[in-house]
Amino acid sequence: MTDHFEPLIIGFTCNWCSYRAADMAGTGRVKYPPNIRLVRLMCSGRLDPTFVLKALSSGADGALITGCHPGECHYIEQNYKALRRVHLLKRILKPLGIDPQRVKLVWASAAEGVYLAKEITNFVEEIRALGPLNWPVHTHVSKVKPRQLAEVPR
Amino acid sequence: MTDKPKFAMYWAASCGGCEIAVLNIHEKILDVDKNFDVVFWPVAMDAKYKDVEKMQDGEILLTLFNGSIRNQENEHIAKMLRQKSKLLVAFGSCANEGCIPGLANFYTKKQIFDTVYSTPTTDNPEGTRPQFNFEVPEGKLSIPVFNPVLRPLDSVVDVDYHISGCPPESHQIAAVIDVVISVLEGKAELPPKGTHLGVGASTVCDECKRKRNVKQIKYFTRVQEMKEIDPELCLLEQGLICNGPATASGCGALCPAAGAICAGCYGAAPGVLDFGARMVSSLASVVDEKDPRKIDIVMDDIADPAGSFYRFALAGSLLQTGPASWTDN
Repeated sequence: MTDHFEPLIIGFTCNWCSYRAADMAGTGRVKYPPNIRLVRLMCSGRLDPTFVLKALSSGADGALITGCHPGECHYIEQNYKALRRVHLLKRILKPLGIDPQRVKLVWASAAEGVYLAKEITNFVEEIRALGPLNWPVHTHVSKVKPRQLAEVPR
Repeated sequence: MTDKPKFAMYWAASCGGCEIAVLNIHEKILDVDKNFDVVFWPVAMDAKYKDVEKMQDGEILLTLFNGSIRNQENEHIAKMLRQKSKLLVAFGSCANEGCIPGLANFYTKKQIFDTVYSTPTTDNPEGTRPQFNFEVPEGKLSIPVFNPVLRPLDSVVDVDYHISGCPPESHQIAAVIDVVISVLEGKAELPPKGTHLGVGASTVCDECKRKRNVKQIKYFTRVQEMKEIDPELCLLEQGLICNGPATASGCGALCPAAGAICAGCYGAAPGVLDFGARMVSSLASVVDEKDPRKIDIVMDDIADPAGSFYRFALAGSLLQTGPASWTDN
């Protein structure tokens, strides 16, 4: 382990709330650590757990998923879907040797820039305490590709 | 020696079911014999590694390689057969995504050895473990080194084609053999390299004949805990963890038709990068709860989520292995 560890976190944000909250934090000059890299999704329900696994297997130390508060989803109830996915995803991370705390779900509305900045700061510190994930970035990951098909007469 | 094209089949870390599936193509096996000279097939005939070593590069036309890469011997033969074969086919789930042997990737090498050599029923009072190199008065003995991480074939060598399944369905093997024979006769062209032969363009659910409704799952269960299984209704809707939504079609949904869950042996459906993640995604989508505590209660019903979702695909998944050490690989 290096003396100075700067966590690398991938943040998956919802276009309608938390991405705007992060934007608001920016315009409001609210500071949060630069360890997080935000990816904008149209909804937290768009989050395919594959994204998180790919981030973790490609060098990220943690993943933060943010969405609209329960009951406030732009697409009615897709944030509940994200909630359930995160719950189940954490259960498959543990047997694979990844602390489930490396994946976190936070609700933040478009008005909660300060709150989101605080949550990001907390999460960075939590990951810092957990230490680097150091998942071996193996040539294997680059070889995992969707299948190519050819119809064989049956 | 004849001038027929040469055929080889090899098993690495596997159970031998793939070989049986090949023999299960019935009289089509005579076409294999008519069109090919079988040069190397440890299960069916006597041949030595040395015979293969002596061959020219690319001398074997078609090699069906089943089994995953568990130890250095598997790795050595995989590399050798790659060199000697024009077409190397990753045959069956083990060679493609690790299959059942790949579940060992949840554990370290030490845990695996402890499980194998120190079970309550194992008579091993001194706790002996295999020694990969051992000196005896007559000289040095060695056995193939056990790799800490089990890998699918395409992590080790370049693979031309993939045939899925545990084991692949015999009619598909027959179809593939037909294609290769018609290529030999100049009647057809080979599909593009890297193609998965025999799998369909959709999921097992698409082929499944069971009745499907809008899924609203309140609990999960296991087949041994059920009084009876509805013969018509989707198994997932009955609370069974069926891997159909993530699995490639091609098998004809045989297991669900017989009342058993789809275990996922045909591997990831087209467009699916990580089998387990797709299962997380689809199962979580259909659970009908919104309260975090109630969600946890439903999820608690799943006895072994990682093992169930990655039953066949762990070694070929994005994370590939659990806490196993990577140092030797």
